[in-house]
Amino acid sequence: MVTLKIDGQKVTVRKLSTILDAVRKLDIPIPTLCHHPELSPFGGCRLCLVEINGSPKPVASCTTFARNGMDVTTTSPRLEKLRKTTLELILSDHPKDCMVCERAGDCKLQELAYFYGIRENRFGGEQRVYEKKDNNPFIARDMEKCILCGQCVRICDEIQGVGAIDFAYRGLRTKICPPFENDLNCEFCGQCVAVCPTGALTGKMWDQKGRQNFKEVDTVCPYCGCGCNITLHIWRNEVRRVSSKEETLNEGWLCAKGRFGYGFIHSPDRLKKPLIRTAPKDISAFPIHQTNPPLPPFTKGGRGGIHPSSFSLHPLSSFKEVSWDEAFDYIANRLKQIKENYGPDAIGGLSSARCTSEENYLFQKFFRAVIGTNNIDHCARY
Amino acid sequence: MDKDILIKVCTGTGGVASGSKEVLETFKGTISSAGIAASFSERCSAQRVGCRGFCAQDVLVDVIINGEKTTYKHVKPDMVGKIFTEHILNGTPVAEWIVDKDYHTFHQKQTKVVLSHCGEIDPEDIHAYRAVDGYKAAKMALTSMSSQEIVNIVKNSNLRGRGGAGFPTGLKWELGLRIASDIKYVICNGDEGDPGAFMDRSVMEGDPHAVIEGMIICAKATESHHGYIYVRAEYPLAVKRLQMAIEQCYEAGFLGKNTFGSGFDFDLKIFQGAGAFVCGEATALMRSIEGKRGMPTPKLWRSAEKGLWDRPTVLNNVETFANIPRIILRGADWFMRLGTERSGGTKVISLSGKVKNTGLIEVPLGVTLREIVYEIGGGIEGGKSFKALQTGGPSGGCIPEELLDTEVDYESLALAGSIMGSGGMVVLDETSCMVNTAKFFLEFTQSESCGKCTPCRIGTKRMLEILERITTGRGKEGDLELLEELGHYIRATSLCGLGMTAPNPVLSTLRYFRDEYEQHIRNKKCPAAVCRDLITYSILEAVCTGCGACKRVCPADAIRGVRKKPHRINTELCVKCGTCFDACKFKAITKV
Ligand SMILES: Cc1cc2nc3c(=O)[nH]c(=O)nc-3n(C[C@H](O)[C@H](O)[C@H](O)COP(=O)(O)O)c2cc1C
Ligand code: FES
Repeated sequence: MVTLKIDGQKVTVRKLSTILDAVRKLDIPIPTLCHHPELSPFGGCRLCLVEINGSPKPVASCTTFARNGMDVTTTSPRLEKLRKTTLELILSDHPKDCMVCERAGDCKLQELAYFYGIRENRFGGEQRVYEKKDNNPFIARDMEKCILCGQCVRICDEIQGVGAIDFAYRGLRTKICPPFENDLNCEFCGQCVAVCPTGALTGKMWDQKGRQNFKEVDTVCPYCGCGCNITLHIWRNEVRRVSSKEETLNEGWLCAKGRFGYGFIHSPDRLKKPLIRTAPKDISAFPIHQTNPPLPPFTKGGRGGIHPSSFSLHPLSSFKEVSWDEAFDYIANRLKQIKENYGPDAIGGLSSARCTSEENYLFQKFFRAVIGTNNIDHCARY
Repeated sequence: MDKDILIKVCTGTGGVASGSKEVLETFKGTISSAGIAASFSERCSAQRVGCRGFCAQDVLVDVIINGEKTTYKHVKPDMVGKIFTEHILNGTPVAEWIVDKDYHTFHQKQTKVVLSHCGEIDPEDIHAYRAVDGYKAAKMALTSMSSQEIVNIVKNSNLRGRGGAGFPTGLKWELGLRIASDIKYVICNGDEGDPGAFMDRSVMEGDPHAVIEGMIICAKATESHHGYIYVRAEYPLAVKRLQMAIEQCYEAGFLGKNTFGSGFDFDLKIFQGAGAFVCGEATALMRSIEGKRGMPTPKLWRSAEKGLWDRPTVLNNVETFANIPRIILRGADWFMRLGTERSGGTKVISLSGKVKNTGLIEVPLGVTLREIVYEIGGGIEGGKSFKALQTGGPSGGCIPEELLDTEVDYESLALAGSIMGSGGMVVLDETSCMVNTAKFFLEFTQSESCGKCTPCRIGTKRMLEILERITTGRGKEGDLELLEELGHYIRATSLCGLGMTAPNPVLSTLRYFRDEYEQHIRNKKCPAAVCRDLITYSILEAVCTGCGACKRVCPADAIRGVRKKPHRINTELCVKCGTCFDACKFKAITKV
């Protein structure tokens, strides 16, 4: 353990903690833009500078180990001046379109500019101008807003193990991009979007879908057995964005499906009323069934007995919209009949990732406890 | 005929560029041609040697007859015949082609340690190196010295890193030795990204074996078994000669398993860098070898603890390594006494700019800048007056006349507002504009910034923009204060040495030549008449003969006048290209 003093307060942290870790432990505010507790130290933004008694130059607290007996100061007129200059410089090369920016109100840079009261900027000059075209389905990349904090590069490499993007070019034109400036072509987990402190990386599906007055609902992602915690951002009863909080069991990380795969919720193709399939009475009129009379599905012995044709739609079948009562009656009757005639194992249930976890739970319970079979499965197997 | 004849042709990059390959071939051809071969081919040979530092007079050729050396300058293949018949056959040197006094004063004032083999031995031949005690030191170190003994000698020698920062080499090695690990690395930094620097290049091209020998000794001292030489791919000759040297060493048993029969293993490889200034920075260099983008990483750990691939690593500069065999052979005391109290030995410097003799020099630490400029450099060219000495490459600063008695060592140069850096020195005279000079260097560092940290990426760009404003007549009050503030800000907050030193050219010129900046801003004038937007060309009517030479060359059609009558420049049309100024034979055109 290491004990040091920060702004006069003693604090003890584990060996190999950085000064920033110690500062955070005391809950002293210190601005950072490139630091992420789960990613390797970077030291790029230079906002987290602190003074150490006895060292002539300020040091970046995020990339300096805390040592016994250190006497650290986190704020002073000199430090605040340096931080303000850094912010002015970043803003001198940043589009001033917060009005219409997707991240307004949720942008770390905007927040710091606000705290430091930067109304006027002493620096002007060349700004980066990039074409904002990236023909990928999910991630909007506006590299003029990028502050080169490198969190996207690190999360892609260190957490996802993908390495789809990296730094390119030098000087002011340093830019984060996929190889050869191609369109992004990765697994689209969107982790980079989640860590981006500014509006440089955003979800294409969130564009102009609202920034304020969201109702946040915490739930569990239905897609797979990981059970990641997600937060639905709901605007007038419509899910407009999905995110995950850092303090969840999945530490805020999500995959492409969890983050971007919510379009089905409000899809116009989605069934909202039950349908019953109707087929002509005399199916024996069709030769295909004459030679291969259909066996009851899920007969013992694996797939044996299931004839492919029983999966395909009968050419003359059609759907009839019915009320829930009718549908339930029909289902209950048929299940009872089948169970009586062939036993519970003649019945199987397939559930869907696009139901809520609660619905899925009830579904399997119904199969196991009410029908009495373990023939229950789900596209994500849980 | 009873003569021993040796012909040495410079084949450094400067020599090759001037055609030394052809010169060497012609000498060889002449030697083997009938008649001559019959008389003394046995005792006559022509060989390639490395750069001797005076590239301005390349191709330089030594003709040594019975130990007596005559040096010819600007040798072309068609001059070889005459040198042969008159000098070698008949014993009368070709007087008009012999180097003049400058060549000798240039060399006399120097102390050659690192460069002692450059220009003397064939760099592509391990036997030539062994003939001058090569690999004796390594053999000694490996077979009869302990690691700690080697470290102690290097510590006592006061050798400090020649890569720029001047970290005591012995201390670095001791740290490297003390940290235990199954894998450790030794790296030689041959990136040399400063524009105009060619110290390390000359050593790698002219004496590659000395670098390798230094590395072998370092490997033993730090108990590491793997080494890399990082050379930029733009140095193809250095890469080639190092590669040849490494192969020769493997063959001779100096590298690989059981080196020198001592039971110690050491493998050495070359890694070619793609040529980025920042890759000379130690951590960026290691990332580059790892196959990543060459960006400096924060120094949470020292390289001696976690360097290349997170293994303990000792990294030194080319020149630092080349000093090692000499220190082992001649002793720490000898080396220490060569330099100053705080830094032992010599420093190789590339001297360029407005001095008479430009080239590669080596001086003991502690000589004054004045000695370098006026004695070795031969003073300012063309009778002009000295203005400033820029030291340390693009990260260095400008030192004015009144501080010319500053001694060359790490601390004194830093005190004067500059740095030792890798050892570049550019002499500026009255025709150099200090604002423009500062802008030039900043342009380089700014565009080479890796882009990782804010002050270096955006801060240097903003400084450059202010300088551009000033040099084009758009400077305003308050600009200098802003420049100074930004400069100190960047120095204090940057992540790596590139950013920390990038403001040096601006801050040092602001310190010593502030009035020149002020003239640009207040009077919209460039005192040295360099900044194009601030100068006006005009014709002195009294001097103009009306020859029309200026009119003919003017690309903007801005000059009018009838023949034999004084001409005139229309300043509205003039694009200030200076072509007329150069074309006028009568000095009738002025530039203010
Ligand atoms: C921007 C930058 C460029 C550098 N370039 C070089 C270089 O080209 N060659 C070199 O030897 N050292 C260079 N250095 C210094 C190295 O980081 C390192 O200090 C040095 O190689 C250590 O070797 P030494 O102790 O023998 O000097 C550079 C440093 C910085 C910050
Ligand atoms: S948070 Fe430390 S440098 Fe960015």
